[in-house]
Amino acid sequence: MNKGILGKKLGMTRIFRENGQSIPVSALEVGPCYIIQIKQSEKDGYNAIQIGFQPKKETRLNKPLNGHLRAAGKGGFTFLRELRVDDLEPFELGQEITSEIFDVGDRVTVRGVSKGRGFSGVVKRWGFSGGDTSHGCRSHRVPGSLGASATPSRVMKGKKLPGRMGNQRVTVKNLRVVDVIREKKLILVKGAVPGSKGGLVEVMRTG
Amino acid sequence: MDPIEMVEKQEMRVDLPPFKTGDTVRVHSRIREGDKERIQVFKGVVIRKRKGNTGATFTVRKVSYGVGVEKIFALHSPTIDKIEVVFKGKVRRSRLYYLRGLRGKAARLKERRT
Repeated sequence: MNKGILGKKLGMTRIFRENGQSIPVSALEVGPCYIIQIKQSEKDGYNAIQIGFQPKKETRLNKPLNGHLRAAGKGGFTFLRELRVDDLEPFELGQEITSEIFDVGDRVTVRGVSKGRGFSGVVKRWGFSGGDTSHGCRSHRVPGSLGASATPSRVMKGKKLPGRMGNQRVTVKNLRVVDVIREKKLILVKGAVPGSKGGLVEVMRTG
Repeated sequence: MDPIEMVEKQEMRVDLPPFKTGDTVRVHSRIREGDKERIQVFKGVVIRKRKGNTGATFTVRKVSYGVGVEKIFALHSPTIDKIEVVFKGKVRRSRLYYLRGLRGKAARLKERRT
């Protein structure tokens, strides 16, 4: 049974329940995706399907990639991703995957690349509280003491310090599917999803 | 159309009458108590309207037993049974926060001729 699909994050909005409760939802445009390659444990060491999303002109791709895509015969794709599966039985090359695999009430896991925040300080990156802004305090957003004194007289490995934040693969588990709009290839998922608008997301059904 | 806008348009209510800031309205909201449902009416002056498709809200102010009470309603919420426009007020700004500092006769508004 297929569980996953690729999609695009469109943004967020809110909708109302019958009792007036307002639900924040992320709108995701999912599929259609096509199976490009089937990886078998005998040959490749593991079972997986490779799926392509968002058509792209074949003339815009290089020859090796076109050769790889030819077996499926569904044209070129911007994104190719692999999904691990246990059972390869129901899959065949070129098979279409659409929002049909989701139903209202399903729980899904969404993966995406979070928004890049550049070189960030410890307050934003690790949630340090920072110093006072006034009362003569001169350390406002600095990390403070790092390595203590004679013991250990070095900085511990993994110390939380400023650095690049975001632009990382992030997984959000168990989001509830609130609505599926088949004709628009749209699913509405309760809560936030990693990445910027237009970013690629992998949506997997949980359980 | 933008798919998000499409989703929002479906959620939005078109059955409510048009009203502006400065208008006096009666908002009938459905309230659930256990398994019973009743309707509560809140009458007052609209002192603010915030835009946004499904996120639009409006604030109604009234003076109840000498105490100023303001209630913020989600414009497209299904709990709003109906809205009646009682009086159209003539005002020159969109946010009537100055009404909070006024009492009685000073807090009256002129009628808007249409």
